Amino acid sequence: MSDIKYILGSFGDPDEMMHGIEKLQENNISIHDVYTPMPIHGIEAKLGIKRSRIDIAAFCFGITGTCCAFALIYFCAVIDWRVNIGGKPSFALPDFIPIMFELTVLFCAFGMVLTYYASTHLFPGRAPRVMDLRATDDRFVIAVDAKDNVEHSVIDGLLKDAGALEIKYNERKYISYE
Amino acid sequence: MGTHNINFSEQFEFTGKVKTLSIVGIILGVAAVGYGFFAGDKIMHERTFANLLLMAYYFACVCMSGTFFLAVQYVAQAGWSASILRVPQAMAKTLPIAAVILVVVISAGLYTHNLYHHWHADGLTDPNSPNYDSLIAGKSVFLNVPFFLGRQVVFLGIYSIFSIMFVKFSYNEDLAGGLNSYRKSFKNACIFLVIYGFTTPIFAFDTVMSLEAHWFSTMFGWYNFAAMWVSSLATIAIILILLRRAGYMQWVNNSHLHNLGQFIFGFSIFWTYVWFAQFLLIYYANMPEETVYFYKRFEYYKFWFFLNLAMNFLAPVLLLMDRDNKRTDAKLLFVSIVVLLGHWVDYYQMIMPGAVEEGHNGFGIIEIGTAIGFVGLFTFTVLTSLSKKPLIAKNHPLLQESLHHQL
Repeated sequence: MSDIKYILGSFGDPDEMMHGIEKLQENNISIHDVYTPMPIHGIEAKLGIKRSRIDIAAFCFGITGTCCAFALIYFCAVIDWRVNIGGKPSFALPDFIPIMFELTVLFCAFGMVLTYYASTHLFPGRAPRVMDLRATDDRFVIAVDAKDNVEHSVIDGLLKDAGALEIKYNERKYISYE
Repeated sequence: MGTHNINFSEQFEFTGKVKTLSIVGIILGVAAVGYGFFAGDKIMHERTFANLLLMAYYFACVCMSGTFFLAVQYVAQAGWSASILRVPQAMAKTLPIAAVILVVVISAGLYTHNLYHHWHADGLTDPNSPNYDSLIAGKSVFLNVPFFLGRQVVFLGIYSIFSIMFVKFSYNEDLAGGLNSYRKSFKNACIFLVIYGFTTPIFAFDTVMSLEAHWFSTMFGWYNFAAMWVSSLATIAIILILLRRAGYMQWVNNSHLHNLGQFIFGFSIFWTYVWFAQFLLIYYANMPEETVYFYKRFEYYKFWFFLNLAMNFLAPVLLLMDRDNKRTDAKLLFVSIVVLLGHWVDYYQMIMPGAVEEGHNGFGIIEIGTAIGFVGLFTFTVLTSLSKKPLIAKNHPLLQESLHHQL
């Protein structure tokens, strides 16, 4: 019994799974996470998940891009190699803006991809970490930390009552399917 | 709020303070225009006509973009907006009135030589006349009075017919139910969008750009399209928020506002993009026949030039970037009002330098009064048509999606 790390309740129906979450919460059993093959409205609020901070990350990446572009153009066009283009001053800000804009978008896009990889452990070459393979296909899985919630039979009962088709006991956190 | 306690026959009552204020606004507007015509000289008349053109154009643009909003929602088969469609429908229903006012202002200005005198004056196209202008003569195939007025009437007429059709389909849907009206709306929306896309740039070239007929910019049409579309979205947001505060349309939730906020945010940036694309090319190429446009605005309208960018770009970008701000009705209302005023400034510095002689422009009773008058007229006409039918299109096939809309 002590080797079990996670109890997984596998549901075939999202409404039953939402019901299962309610049941567990009513009995003060903390839920580790829920895995679903599709987005479900209102599940973040129910699980009390904090809002993603990816927008802040995006802003930081974007502003870095803006600054890099400005610094590069300023160095090239104003400090290092002044070129007379149509009699304009070297520091002609409107000319800078398209490049600043493009680099903002580029940095933001790459930064967001990297952030996404980092937060989901999806780096190329790394085996994906999944608790239950069928959560990527047709099952809605509630994962309960078995170490924190000792009364496993109670959890089993609650999940079964809510309509779980299958209860699994994982001795490792993630299964690898390499 | 659940869907079971929605009153599907809820109707807006247009009475009390709002009605009084809108009528007072119209009277103030008429008084200001009358002051401009009777108290002033020729220059004052030009300025009054420029203001009338500005506000009539703004009024027509907001209403026809309401129709555009409807068409976009039908073509995209958007579900989120199904429960708020009565507001753009009320705007679309007002378009015929706005169109008539715009055509009257334009023809009156044209025939009294107060507007478009740059290409409409005696001898401009006659090679033997001292007034002969070879550029205008070259453009006279396109810029002549019958063709010009014909285009205005045809374009505004087509937009008005489609507006009335969309509104009628929706009312029929209320009575008959079923998918027939939706299918018809979809089909006509496709046709309308193609026509609208090709004709609005020409409409903007005619109405505004031809005030300075020597100058031209191919970006101008899209620049105006962006302006009218974003100001219309801001108007829809304002009407929705105020209706919700007055106790109507309680099914409109923060997610609907969030969507509108995203639209306002996105299209403000689109407006800036097009504005900047036009500015940058002219700045970079530095050709005298093109730079003359920005020279005038930078020399005589510097304050308005920068205020325009501040109100239409900086304000929405900084204030609507945050998710919570789009969902808070007070903040969205504030930004919508700023954007709406900002596009007045935008149109002001598009129209004034071409319509009024340098040094005679200003900002005073005529500007404020005309604007208030048209706001009153818009409020009166739109709210009157809004009060005629229930506030929800109860048989719209995607209504449930809209009532449960959540972002």
